[in-house]
Amino acid sequence: MMLPLESATSRERLVVIGNGMAGMRTVEELLKLDPARYDVTVFGAEPHVNYDRIMLSSVLAGEKQVDDIVINPRSWYDENNIVLHAGDAVMAIDAVARTVTARSGLTVGYDRLLLATGSKPIVPPIPGLNLPGVCAFRDIKDVDTMIDASSRYRRAAVIGGGLLGLEAAWGLKRRGMEVAVIHLMPTLMERQLDETAGRLLQRDLTERGIAFFTNGQTEEVTGTERVTGVRLADGREAPADLVVVAIGIRPETDLARAAGLEVNRGIVVNDNMSTSDPDIFAIGECAEHRGQVVGLVAPIWDMARVCAHHLAGGETLSYAAQATATRLKITGIDVYSAGQLAAGEDEDEVVLRDARRGAYRKLVMRDGKVVGTVLYGDVNDGAWYFDLIRRQTDVSDFADRMILGQAVTQAAGGPAALDVAAMPDDMQVCGCNGVCKGTIVEIIKAKGLTTYDAVKAHTKASASCGTCAPLVRQILADTLGIEVSGPAIPTVCKCTDRTHEEVRSAIVAQGLKTQDAVRAKMGWRNADGCASCRPALNYYLLCAWPGEYQDDSRSRFVNERMHANIQKDGTYSVIPRLWGGTATPGELAAIAAVATRYNVAEVKITGGQRLGLYGIKKQDLPAVWSALSDAGLVSGHAYGKSLRTVKTCVGLEWCRFGTQDSTTLGKMLERLTWGNWTPHKFKMGVSGCPRNCAEASIKDFGVICVESGFDLLVGGNGGIELRGTDKLCHVATEAEVLEYAAAFMQLYREEARYLDRTAPWIERVGIEYVRKRIVEDEAGRQALQQRFRVAQSYLQDDPWAERGKRGVDAHEFTPLAVLG
Amino acid sequence: MIATATDWVRVCRLDDIVPLGARVLPATKGDIALFRCRDDSVFAVLNRCPHKQGPLSEGIVHGHQIACPLHSWVIDLESGEAVAPDIGCTPKLPVRVIDGEIWLSPTR
Repeated sequence: MMLPLESATSRERLVVIGNGMAGMRTVEELLKLDPARYDVTVFGAEPHVNYDRIMLSSVLAGEKQVDDIVINPRSWYDENNIVLHAGDAVMAIDAVARTVTARSGLTVGYDRLLLATGSKPIVPPIPGLNLPGVCAFRDIKDVDTMIDASSRYRRAAVIGGGLLGLEAAWGLKRRGMEVAVIHLMPTLMERQLDETAGRLLQRDLTERGIAFFTNGQTEEVTGTERVTGVRLADGREAPADLVVVAIGIRPETDLARAAGLEVNRGIVVNDNMSTSDPDIFAIGECAEHRGQVVGLVAPIWDMARVCAHHLAGGETLSYAAQATATRLKITGIDVYSAGQLAAGEDEDEVVLRDARRGAYRKLVMRDGKVVGTVLYGDVNDGAWYFDLIRRQTDVSDFADRMILGQAVTQAAGGPAALDVAAMPDDMQVCGCNGVCKGTIVEIIKAKGLTTYDAVKAHTKASASCGTCAPLVRQILADTLGIEVSGPAIPTVCKCTDRTHEEVRSAIVAQGLKTQDAVRAKMGWRNADGCASCRPALNYYLLCAWPGEYQDDSRSRFVNERMHANIQKDGTYSVIPRLWGGTATPGELAAIAAVATRYNVAEVKITGGQRLGLYGIKKQDLPAVWSALSDAGLVSGHAYGKSLRTVKTCVGLEWCRFGTQDSTTLGKMLERLTWGNWTPHKFKMGVSGCPRNCAEASIKDFGVICVESGFDLLVGGNGGIELRGTDKLCHVATEAEVLEYAAAFMQLYREEARYLDRTAPWIERVGIEYVRKRIVEDEAGRQALQQRFRVAQSYLQDDPWAERGKRGVDAHEFTPLAVLG
Repeated sequence: MIATATDWVRVCRLDDIVPLGARVLPATKGDIALFRCRDDSVFAVLNRCPHKQGPLSEGIVHGHQIACPLHSWVIDLESGEAVAPDIGCTPKLPVRVIDGEIWLSPTR
């Protein structure tokens, strides 16, 4: 079929081959400059609208859905009169007749042609790659193949230990597969990381259960009906039901080459992004500019802007390659690199290792300027270093401090904070939510925002991990042209200007005993408070006036009000307390009977050594609890900001390494502290020897038994921000362990802000302060533990028995019926 | 929305809902959540947050607003609209309190 070459309008015709990020970004930029200039036709090989390919690893890891990564929905094409042929790949370009022909036979004429064909996976010359169960990691189809395989098979091998291969490996691991990575080089991600950082990365990923075959030359993918594994040249074998090939990408240049365009590694373009045919442009991964091909998004955005400028008739902008930065998207592993990785001649390397935190950083310096950086573990200064690299700032006066980061260097008068005004609009500010500087500025202006909180709420920048919050504040300040002060000490919430500390001390000093009294005295702006301050005030009053203040269930988050965890489908989970992680046959039988009788959807052994029953209907909760009560089981408080679980190992009783009876000690601690309410959840662990099988060193309060007694550890956290404990002290007897535990918990109860875990609280006040209060001040310790025991005398009432047996809060569980 | 007198049904007594509390009325078109505010005004909305369908009845009532228990969206009970910056709306039903009894018009 041949369409008329003359369009009905007088507009020029722009045809774009490639519906990916580079091509559509160029079209977006073009629409901003001159929306009426072209009739745009887009051909895409994939049957999808334009999506964010970078986020495929988040889809694979189950953190995002395909819908979440769509950049431009179908309606965007319609609204801008763009004709999209998705799933119809272009097969030929006729540069003389100025037409393109697609697989379907459709031929379309152009005045200007844009090639944004991207790249294709490199396929190694080995047998077995055509077997079912082999795929690349490039598009939605590949991700579908991997997700499908992860639900039906157990083992995966990833060939390639670069950025893409590791993200594939992590995603498959997250989906429950056993994963091995085969990498040709001795260390991982050698193009972005130096050897040391590569090794740290391998160590951390090994700890997360991924196996590595480094120096591994793949010889063959084995199997007959389906893949069975990968064999290496040195004889090693990795069994696998899924093989992902991710050894690199190569520019997709076939069409351009066949059309007679100049092609080297990529399609050769000049500074305005045009090819050897001045009416044909090329951009993105398929293009080669001054001998360089790119595979990262930042330079591609630059290319898109330049290309659109010239397509719109501009003549001034030209593209120049900039230093690029890389960040690995594996949750909880922070790796950042930018510019040059290692020092050449006339260059210096400065390296800092912090073994305790597992952090590593390196700067490459030349003539007093930073030209490269590799960060591992703590990447907060990455954006600052990157900015210095891009702007080639002279830092020679501060060379010896640069490695210590922005805060230390600036304190000595070093280069000011990141110059946000000079930051390009497309520089990503928030990696978690994929928000660029330009988006933040646009929304600040469009919505007239003036506060950091509002910017966070509208843009989602810094709304997840919060690392980039200082940067978001600076951008706001720069956009408004004013100083935006940082949060000195946070207020309780937006209902008041008072801090947590002011409110807590007023409650005690002024004898405030109800929420209404606190809100009236402390200048609340509304009568009821809000969902943030109500639970905080309820806790502060409960802590200050044990036995006197009546717990307000209307100020409890649903889980604490229902004494069960609400699940995403509105059902609840029930997790009874198994003291120290032990259970009698009778208790197990009772749990099994309840699970059967109430059609529990899933029984799972939790991370806290207990059995969780999931999918229980709200109206069944009292009956479930009643049945569990009959067997002597009580609430495990798995839903509460309270004592959760005391994890134990088997200790002296069974283990050949055990030095003390850690299980019994764990039970004693749990009996002492259960039922307690704390500012946030509180976990304990007791290990019978320094091998630490109960992971006591990442608990809020941990005990490690040794021959001479007990090492007490505090402030650990295994959650979002991993933190090892600080050692509090060593004690000789079990009685002392209990005394110190009670005193520590009470100090935390009385002084931490609501929703502070012990880790950030100790980071703020310092472990020295905690030692002074608990270890050095004996009378103070006694008083703390005494106050703890008084509180416990009111709190150790099983909430499940109250509701299951005594009908407390029955209205919470019963739906209404129409009276008629 | 126009409701005639015959549309009203008696649901429960005001005292069946604790102050700043909620109850759920099962309904074929989706459960309805009834809220009692500090000033004893009562509101009824579909028990489904416009964000991820969270059960609003389990949230925290403050003023004439409800905070969803799943992701803390705040819904204005007078309009059914999400409070800025979030955008969304949950259907609202007419309610009357007469002599301590709550009447609802299920017309939608």
